[in-house]
Amino acid sequence: MSEFEPIIVTFACHYCAYGAADLAGVMRLQYPASIRVVKIPCTGRIDVHHILTAFEKGADGVIVAGCRIGDCHFESGNVKATKRVQYAKKLLEEIGLDKERLEMYYMSSAEGARFAEVAAEMTERIKKLGPNPLRKEAQK
Amino acid sequence: MIIADRKPFEEIKAMVAPFNRILILGCGTCVTVDFSGGEKQVGILAAELRMARQLEGKPLETVEHTVQRQCEWEFIDPIADMVRGVDAVLSMACGVGVQAMAERYPDKIILPALNTVMMGMPIEAGVFVERCAGCGDCVLALTGGICPIARCSKNLLNGPCGGSQNGKCEVNPEIDCAWQLIYEKLKAMGRLDALMEIIEPKDWRPAGGGGPRKIVREEERLELMEM
Repeated sequence: MSEFEPIIVTFACHYCAYGAADLAGVMRLQYPASIRVVKIPCTGRIDVHHILTAFEKGADGVIVAGCRIGDCHFESGNVKATKRVQYAKKLLEEIGLDKERLEMYYMSSAEGARFAEVAAEMTERIKKLGPNPLRKEAQK
Repeated sequence: MIIADRKPFEEIKAMVAPFNRILILGCGTCVTVDFSGGEKQVGILAAELRMARQLEGKPLETVEHTVQRQCEWEFIDPIADMVRGVDAVLSMACGVGVQAMAERYPDKIILPALNTVMMGMPIEAGVFVERCAGCGDCVLALTGGICPIARCSKNLLNGPCGGSQNGKCEVNPEIDCAWQLIYEKLKAMGRLDALMEIIEPKDWRPAGGGGPRKIVREEERLELMEM
């Protein structure tokens, strides 16, 4: 049995985290293949429903990656996302999923190394938690 | 608008525990605007319930739908087929909508997902406050447009009482004393003399003291008159 390779859906803001992910690639930085990037116009677009859908469809973890507080292109999208992520964590607990499977991170588009670091950190965390119990067939 | 609040998840989960296929029915009017029972909240609750049930090994099938208004026959009649196909309906409307569904579909179990709280309005994004108690005999003309029935904890008609401290209510320091607000409003408008008028004891029959209330508008009724 090979090692469990999680699937981590990463909602990345167009103005920061997506650029950071791109930069990580340009810099030839290695980060785990568990990351599945979904580009969004701003983390303010993220709704609790999107996060729940990711988990229901089998994601082992979800990252919401936005601009540093104060740097949002739309002023406060990342602040709104922070609150929604906190609320979603509460819902995950109610459902019976570990709230640690969800995390919000902040970075600028110049922080390619930070993106790689976040990816590694979250992958490590999810590996400890194991596969999403909702997945019918846990990864072999 | 009517302000409601979702029941605790555990309570909802326990209510739907005996069923395998349910319709989660939102309402597109008041509870959509106050973010408690609209289309988005239907989606979130449905996802939560499906996942929680799957983790328990008893998968739940959900049908999600939102009607414009659950409190009118014309909006809930067209979903008869949808209702027929499920074990129970989890209504995300206010108590009026839940009862309308229960009356229209007498053989179906209709469950409330919300607690209906009050008639109120948002004072800022995400904050809702009570503004009307539906007392059936409005006194706002006498009180500077600030309701002492809905906003004074004791529903006093001639306040404030001794529990008014620094403009706050003794019941909860977060509550503004309605009579302090009324005084300040009338003072700012130069209408303090209005406070000299003693408001007579209120007739509480229109407020529900005379039993459930009913309004009949003869001019709107479709039944033919006897000539």
